[in-house]
Amino acid sequence: MGRYVIKRLLMMIPVLICVSFVVYFLMDLAPGDIIASMAPPDATPEQIELMREELGMNGTVFHRYFRYLKGLLRLDLGQSLSQKRPVADIFFERLPRTMELAFGSIFVALLIAIPLGIAAATHHRTWLDGVSMTTSMIGVSMPNFWFGLLLIIAFSLHHKWFPSYGADLGLKSLVLPAITLGTEQAGTLTRITRSSMLEVIRQDYLRTARAKGVSEKMVIRKHALKNALIPILTVLGSTLGNAFGGAVTTEAIFAWPGVGRLTVMAVNSRDPNLACGCIIMFSLLLNVTLLVVDIAYAYVDPRIKAHYAK
Amino acid sequence: MDKDLILDLKNLVVRFETEDGIVHAVNGIDLEIERGHAIGLVGETGAGKTTTALSLLRLVPKPPGVVECSKMELDGKDVLNMSVRELEQTRGKDISMIFQDPMTALNPVFSVGEQIAEAILLHENVSKAESMKRAIGMLELVGIPAERAYDFPHEFSGGMKQRVVIAIALACHPQLLIADEPTTALDVTIQAQVLDLMRRLREQYKTSLIMITHDLGIVAEICDEVAVMYAGKIIERGTLQDVFNRTKHPYTEGLFNSIPNINDRKAMLTPIKGMMPDPTNLPEGCAFEPRCPYAGEDCKRPQAKRDISETHSVLCCAYDRPGFHIDRKERS
Ligand SMILES: Nc1ncnc2c1ncn2[C@@H]1O[C@H](COP(=O)(O)OP(=O)(O)OP(=O)(O)O)[C@@H](O)[C@H]1O
Ligand SMILES: [Mg+2]
Repeated sequence: MGRYVIKRLLMMIPVLICVSFVVYFLMDLAPGDIIASMAPPDATPEQIELMREELGMNGTVFHRYFRYLKGLLRLDLGQSLSQKRPVADIFFERLPRTMELAFGSIFVALLIAIPLGIAAATHHRTWLDGVSMTTSMIGVSMPNFWFGLLLIIAFSLHHKWFPSYGADLGLKSLVLPAITLGTEQAGTLTRITRSSMLEVIRQDYLRTARAKGVSEKMVIRKHALKNALIPILTVLGSTLGNAFGGAVTTEAIFAWPGVGRLTVMAVNSRDPNLACGCIIMFSLLLNVTLLVVDIAYAYVDPRIKAHYAK
Repeated sequence: MDKDLILDLKNLVVRFETEDGIVHAVNGIDLEIERGHAIGLVGETGAGKTTTALSLLRLVPKPPGVVECSKMELDGKDVLNMSVRELEQTRGKDISMIFQDPMTALNPVFSVGEQIAEAILLHENVSKAESMKRAIGMLELVGIPAERAYDFPHEFSGGMKQRVVIAIALACHPQLLIADEPTTALDVTIQAQVLDLMRRLREQYKTSLIMITHDLGIVAEICDEVAVMYAGKIIERGTLQDVFNRTKHPYTEGLFNSIPNINDRKAMLTPIKGMMPDPTNLPEGCAFEPRCPYAGEDCKRPQAKRDISETHSVLCCAYDRPGFHIDRKERS
């Protein structure tokens, strides 16, 4: 298991380097020049050039990228040009907010998806199945900025239960953004819960459990669900990825001070170090999440644990 | 009551209402078993043996299964009208079943010890640790070393899985044990061990047994009585001597003639010709009639059970014909 984890971690390095390359060059292609916009309006071209040198932004894009990469390999994300602080500081200041949002939304998604998926599977081809499948279709197809706005209108303008922006009120602030992002994830999760439950429900070992005298409730919740969790976990990994990605729009709607909004800001202000840093950290986070999910597998499915042990 | 019955089953009918038609799996079975007795339920594939057994546990999948029955009493308790709660208390405790296919009967994500302990935990007032200890005891009883209790089903061979399934079924010392072909997945030595184990347990706990099998040898070895099933009906029922030595039904005769006789290896093996009728479309009369060497016009009418003796009964109208009897080739 340990060796497997190390192998997976090492495999992330080339991926992250590729990501940094693509983002850095894309940022360079975007029109606009942050140095010119930072300089005072009456600065001469010589002064601007001097500034460029001071900030390490001189030379061709290749020179700049390799300078940046050298820093990266020393685990240095560089300085943000727009905020004049280390990128790492800015990122980690905001990361907890995004984690709250991502995990909050996954929590909401699981809370909806697991019971709904199980109900659909155990009542296969009845009205309950139809209702839950329709609900999940709506969840998947509803644009999340629109649903977020609806929630704001209903629960913060009309009823004033929850704030419509910011993260100052703790859990109360988290509710609407987490529901917005969570319902989007819930649709896919419900469908996979349903289909993997349907698969498990036909298995002979459930009959063995019933024959032992296990109650129907426990047959489903214990014997069936633990088996159904295996495919659900696979999807959960990519759902978490979606949640990080979806955080960008959701954070924008609710003015949530997370990494998603930071990234958008960085791109808008043409701050290459900050934008690159955010995106690299984002993909690192995503990769680590997928790895954690893979490890969680082994705990659910003994057959996979045996496989890693080899 | 003169007899102490562990099972009293009257007129069991099971059909599966599928998209391709109604499968008549069980068509009116009466089965009485005295406490402590072992009965062999034999018949070829598709005869409805497993379905009959599942009905006793009320585990026939519904839909598509529809179970009808006029009486189903287990140890004097009416299984048909039990509440869900009572049923759960009965399953695994009063009646339990060893399933046919050991490869799929165990849950892959729980250790075998846990799966045995669960049955004990459900029915007996013991702590978790105690139930695990007893589960390990059960494993040793079926010949699996104690240290393997924490292993998962995929780490066992087919024969070992079968023994785990047996351990689960026996964990709470049921009054009635149904063994659905418990030895088909096992090689001959293990098979003998398992049969021996079941015989010992029967003596120790006075367990009554329904042994489902196609193997007449196993029946002769551990059963007191035999019921022969064909197309969802019991066509002959009697003690071992009745059925083996005074065979009455042509189908039973056919079964005996299709197993080799080691004393006379040159004697022709005569397998029964033809196939069992399509269970979606059973004839009104005797279902064996198309394959029966003694068939006559009277066989096309519904058949009535005929008692030959106190213990022996047969479902065949040929015995209405004067002087009819089956002359089984002498085997010694
Ligand atoms: N769930 C089901 N749906 C539809 N038909 C079924 C179902 N279960 C059993 N049957 C049908 O019922 C009939 C009896 O099946 P059953 O499993 O009881 O036979 P069996 O005597 O146990 O045979 P075998 O020796 O092969 O185990 C068969 O025709 C089978 O196809
Ligand atoms: Mg069967």
